[in-house]
Amino acid sequence: MIPASFDYSAPETLSEALQLLGDEEAKVLAGGQSLIPMLKLRLAQPARLVDLDRIPDLNFIAEDNGTIRIGAMTTHHQVESSDLLAEKCPLLAKTAGHIGDVQVRNRGTIGGSVAHADPAADYPAALLALEAQVKLVSASGERVVALDEFLVDALTTSLEDGEILTEVHVPVEQEGVATAYRTLIQPASGFAIVGAAVRLGVSNGNVSFVRVALTGVGPNPYRASAVEEALEGGPANAEAFAAAAAHAAEGVDVLSDIHASAAYRASLAAVQTRRALEDAAGSA
Amino acid sequence: MATTTTAPKLKTHVGERIRRTEDPRLITGAACYLDDITRPGMLHAAVLRSPYAAARINSISIEDALALPGVKAVYVGKDVESVGGVPCAGSMPDLRIPNHKILAGDRVYYVGHPVAAVVATDKYIAADAIERIEVDYEPTELVSDPEEALQEGAVKVHPEYPDNVAFTFSQEGGDVEEAFRQADVIVKEKILVPRLAPIPIETRGVVAEYDEGSQELTIYSSTQIPHLLRTQLALQLNMPEHHVRVIAPEVGGGFGSKCNVWAEEALAAFVAMELKQPVKWVESRRESILVVAHGRAHVDTLELAAKNDGTLLGLKLHILCDIGAHHQLLTPIIPTLAVLMLPGLYKFRSFKADLIGAFTNRAPSDLYRGAGRPEATYVIERMVDKLAAEIGMDPAEIRFKNFPASTDFPFNSATGLQYDSGDYATAFNKALDIVDYKARRAEQEAARAEGRLYGIGISTYGEICAFGPSPATPAGGWESASVNVEATGKVAVMTGISPHGQGEETSFAQLTADALGIPMDDIVVVHGDTAKVHYGIGTFGSRGISIGGSALHLALQDVVAKATKYAAHMMGVDAETVTFEGGVFSSEATDSTLTLADVALEAHLCRQLPPGTEPGLAATRFFEPSNFAFPFGAHICVTEVDKETGEVDIQRFVAVDDCGRIINPLLVEGQIHGGIAQGLGPAFQEGVIYDDEGQLLNGTLMDYSIPKARNMPWIETDRTETPSPVNPLGTKGVGEAGTIGSLPAFVNSVVDALSPLGIEHIDIPMTSQSIWNAIHERSRT
Repeated sequence: MIPASFDYSAPETLSEALQLLGDEEAKVLAGGQSLIPMLKLRLAQPARLVDLDRIPDLNFIAEDNGTIRIGAMTTHHQVESSDLLAEKCPLLAKTAGHIGDVQVRNRGTIGGSVAHADPAADYPAALLALEAQVKLVSASGERVVALDEFLVDALTTSLEDGEILTEVHVPVEQEGVATAYRTLIQPASGFAIVGAAVRLGVSNGNVSFVRVALTGVGPNPYRASAVEEALEGGPANAEAFAAAAAHAAEGVDVLSDIHASAAYRASLAAVQTRRALEDAAGSA
Repeated sequence: MATTTTAPKLKTHVGERIRRTEDPRLITGAACYLDDITRPGMLHAAVLRSPYAAARINSISIEDALALPGVKAVYVGKDVESVGGVPCAGSMPDLRIPNHKILAGDRVYYVGHPVAAVVATDKYIAADAIERIEVDYEPTELVSDPEEALQEGAVKVHPEYPDNVAFTFSQEGGDVEEAFRQADVIVKEKILVPRLAPIPIETRGVVAEYDEGSQELTIYSSTQIPHLLRTQLALQLNMPEHHVRVIAPEVGGGFGSKCNVWAEEALAAFVAMELKQPVKWVESRRESILVVAHGRAHVDTLELAAKNDGTLLGLKLHILCDIGAHHQLLTPIIPTLAVLMLPGLYKFRSFKADLIGAFTNRAPSDLYRGAGRPEATYVIERMVDKLAAEIGMDPAEIRFKNFPASTDFPFNSATGLQYDSGDYATAFNKALDIVDYKARRAEQEAARAEGRLYGIGISTYGEICAFGPSPATPAGGWESASVNVEATGKVAVMTGISPHGQGEETSFAQLTADALGIPMDDIVVVHGDTAKVHYGIGTFGSRGISIGGSALHLALQDVVAKATKYAAHMMGVDAETVTFEGGVFSSEATDSTLTLADVALEAHLCRQLPPGTEPGLAATRFFEPSNFAFPFGAHICVTEVDKETGEVDIQRFVAVDDCGRIINPLLVEGQIHGGIAQGLGPAFQEGVIYDDEGQLLNGTLMDYSIPKARNMPWIETDRTETPSPVNPLGTKGVGEAGTIGSLPAFVNSVVDALSPLGIEHIDIPMTSQSIWNAIHERSRT
């Protein structure tokens, strides 16, 4: 449980950080809640860690023309307790409150979590349902990418060498859309065995808007399009929710491990999706 | 000279909820744990462990490791052959003890088997150097599962023991075959009790230092048994015991895992003597989960014979204990405790148990909090519930029916134990009242009508504690205490127990304060250093207060008797006329009084030594108990199971425990709370998982789940106090009660909740997955 030796830098500006990342063997440290354990188990042995913790420009939550921009180094606790998010993007705030435990939420950051791309992390469910984007900055420029394009595979993203994820963008929640997040956690790690995020708009008893995304179920968090399609425009009632939620793991290569079998995960995906839909409908 | 000062009237301490005097230093970080110790010139060791469960070692190449700057030495098996093997204290006639070398020889037998040790100037270099050792392993066939190990033609863990049988043990009482013939009903079940990792917050660790001049070896070890370790190390290293000093610094939890003698302790000692430099080894969490003897590890098969009216007649038990590849100190003994306590609190007339220990290519198993009794209590409480369900009797009623009456004590159990004292029905009634049992059953009926899975689980448990009479324990069951009243009137208490979280610095000071009439602040309780405390056994088996405290009680009596003699002599009166109360000696024969401090000073100055008296005011006493003590209690758990997810909501948890006389209720409740957490863990989350290759699949805390604060139910505690007659304090012990009593209540509650689906048993850990599986299988058929 002792990492291999590495150099450590804690730049105070983004440009310094980008310069340090020019070294191919360098890795970004953004809270360290996943990276530090990997270092201690020697599963990761980078030559250099570039700690973003001292870059003040990466820690903020700001509203900008209907979009909320969240700095990469904003901790889960800051997201969970943000008044702005509670009012304007409650799904993200309530999802952050489910992450790990208090210690993890105090140290872990949204940018670190998204860039690590753990297939059982909580954030991606909410962020996919929110159709979030991420801002990636490199020495040569910057780009804004939709999250579903950014997440390539388990622990794999479209982040290029020398790029840093600096911001997460989510929309200000639409009027009349209610949200919910339901999860069942793996008790040791606190990661989701299944997490289901829902955004639901109901108009005259019918579903006028719906986004559903799940995490933990398959090799990637995903938008449950089949659930959305089944609900769109139809009645917003328990029978419809149950029927639609049954599609939650449709077409997904459901994971099986020592904590949960594929059958159990698939069943949970449907149950938690249905319950999240009911929660959202109940709070609308 | 005699003075007329009157000491302030001191309140009594025994029985009070006094906060732990240990806590300020622990909470403020001022305490010194093993890893806080640093010695001049100290080196750091790391251990290379086998990645294979079974392999031949063809060669080990250490050159690359030695070449790393800062590496002082690398040791492999052949370098440490002069050190004796890891000891095992079992005594069955057919016990097989494979040579348990401190580093592997030409074979490894389990994943984590120590293969080599690196010693370097810092721990980082040592960790890097470990990766540079090249071992040519030739993997061999292996057997990981204990049931497979006993099958004919199974792979041999140790070629010299072709049947993989490590030991057997049988016990019988009454005519069990006749009982089964008379039975109206026989219930059977196979119950798995998985391997548990002990997970103390502080992992193991050793600092060894050798002084060439005095030839004294000092071992700092995070241990529960400094004196036993000293003896064993002296034997392993072929040194006189008086040249070995063992110090247990602050110990951050043990749960039995540090009631052992570990290869790394002798290894560190050997290295320190070889290199003539102090050396430190601190175990990583991963090593701890991998190799620190797992507890439990049973496959139990039970048959219970009874009458239709619920009268228990006989019990047959077969225990298969997965002992791993090697024995540790108490490996063969622990499952025999499960045999002894299997009748639980019930008047069984007959009993037959067969125990077989199986070698497997897994890490050794040994004691873990409760050590044998949780296994016993769990299976008997499950079986009694199963019987109740079978004959349609309320699980509370069937228990009342089979308890011995309070007038039946001392009560002889079917396994030949003599339960010292008890009043089982009173404790159980109290728990039923608190939970409002009838109301809960009515609530259950209503819940079931709605299709909800609501369960009420009962556990009425008994345990064997206060280890113990020496003839029944492997290394002496007595304990020592010394009391020294210093010239200033302050008091030092030296005890042979070695607390590591139990709080005996507080409870022993309470006993001393009351006996001597002085404030607790004037008392220090010294423990955990064989140079300061000359004799002792240690802390395990819920023995601290009952055995160590009783030795202290005797020593305090001696001190008071001697001080009274002095006081009488100083006051010029007959000793029979002197009374001692609240720290003050007085006599009807004179107006003058003396404090303990007055007497202590005179006892040291000896200006007027009473005839027939020796100088000083100190006493050392040993206490040997006449029997074990048998605490008991009733735990009741109310749960609701989520049919769709398998999650369990614990709605109520009531624990009524009787641990005899109570010195400090706060400490008792703390032990109960922590103990219940360690019953909750195995009930719902814990259990190491090995695959067929003998690899541990959940070897980190990201995968091995111990209870978190968020998992804990609100615990409603209460108690009854039935004094034990087997020690002068009347205490019984409480260190393990919560762990033993709670597990069956959790499981019985969930099984009760699931029973409308036709589910009669579910093995632990009852994860949401396994509960879902059980529900799912039922709904499919």
